[in-house]
Amino acid sequence: MRILAIIPAYNEARNITAVIEDLKSFRGDILVVNDGSTDDTAAVAKSLGAHVVSHPFNLGIGGTVQTGLRYAYEHGYDMAIQFDGDGQHRGDQVFKILELVQKGEADLVIGSRTLPGGYKMGITRFIGSRIFHCLIRCLAGKAIHDPTSGFRCYGKKTIRLFSRFYTDDYPEVESIITAARNGLRVVEVPVLMRGRLSGHSSITRRKSAYYMLKVTLAMVVDAMRGRDLVGES
Amino acid sequence: MDLTKIASLGLSVGIFCFVVWLVRERRLREKYALLWLCTSVFVILLTVSRRILEVAALSIGIYYPPSLLFLVGVLFLLLVAVGHSVTLSRLSESNHNLAQEVALLRKQVEDLREQQKVQKQ
Repeated sequence: MRILAIIPAYNEARNITAVIEDLKSFRGDILVVNDGSTDDTAAVAKSLGAHVVSHPFNLGIGGTVQTGLRYAYEHGYDMAIQFDGDGQHRGDQVFKILELVQKGEADLVIGSRTLPGGYKMGITRFIGSRIFHCLIRCLAGKAIHDPTSGFRCYGKKTIRLFSRFYTDDYPEVESIITAARNGLRVVEVPVLMRGRLSGHSSITRRKSAYYMLKVTLAMVVDAMRGRDLVGES
Repeated sequence: MDLTKIASLGLSVGIFCFVVWLVRERRLREKYALLWLCTSVFVILLTVSRRILEVAALSIGIYYPPSLLFLVGVLFLLLVAVGHSVTLSRLSESNHNLAQEVALLRKQVEDLREQQKVQKQ
């Protein structure tokens, strides 16, 4: 099975070396998707032997992950994992999210911090996650405890679907609905994560109200759509 | 003709000419120009004959004709604004796809160059 690790990176020159080093034991190709960084993220990643795709300008996290998935789709990868460029995700946890997809028991696996064996998150994030957790249960009938986690594994069907339909901004929660609506099996597994190496969360307190509203709207509307029928021939 | 009539007539003819000028300078597409040209013709008609507005307003039970004008104007602008949001969404979608395509193609070109270099050696 060919596996691709997608590392979305925006101005992560300081972290990217450690992140790629962390994936040393990973058996597969590494693709850094450089989302219009103004520092030398791309050059550093290239010098470490990773594949690098660079956006001509900043597209946001959704567009960045999607570029990675499109690359995976075009190059015929069987699986892809998303591994953040800021050092929060751990290379020694990758096998946990790979397992179920490899066995063909899941199409989308989400590495969760809140299941037993995870870590504690901040209060704001906790409340937000709870609300999304309830919404996903209503809309998709699934219990996902850490829906905003970006530590994920995509199976072949999911790669195909998301390389066509994936939101630009704040895509994580909505994509669970999209996957479930298309009959893909979404499973959550407990993983360990680190605090970030440097930099800070893209979602500030001021933005979080907008974030909640936007994502809620996107989820509700997405649940109203039919099946997407991507390449089911 | 009273002063208000002359002023509004001048204004609407002015808008008409402005739109034609924008198209002539290639700063406005004909597709969108049509909308604004029709609007200014409509406004000119209303200025020339106040009867049209009065008859239209009274026939749907509005007793103060100018309020019909405001109603129609606001609704019209609302629809135009929504239409622009739709266009904007479509454009940002295609912009997004193009950026991804460019990134993937550039990667492909780099890979091919690399391959060529290896073959030459």
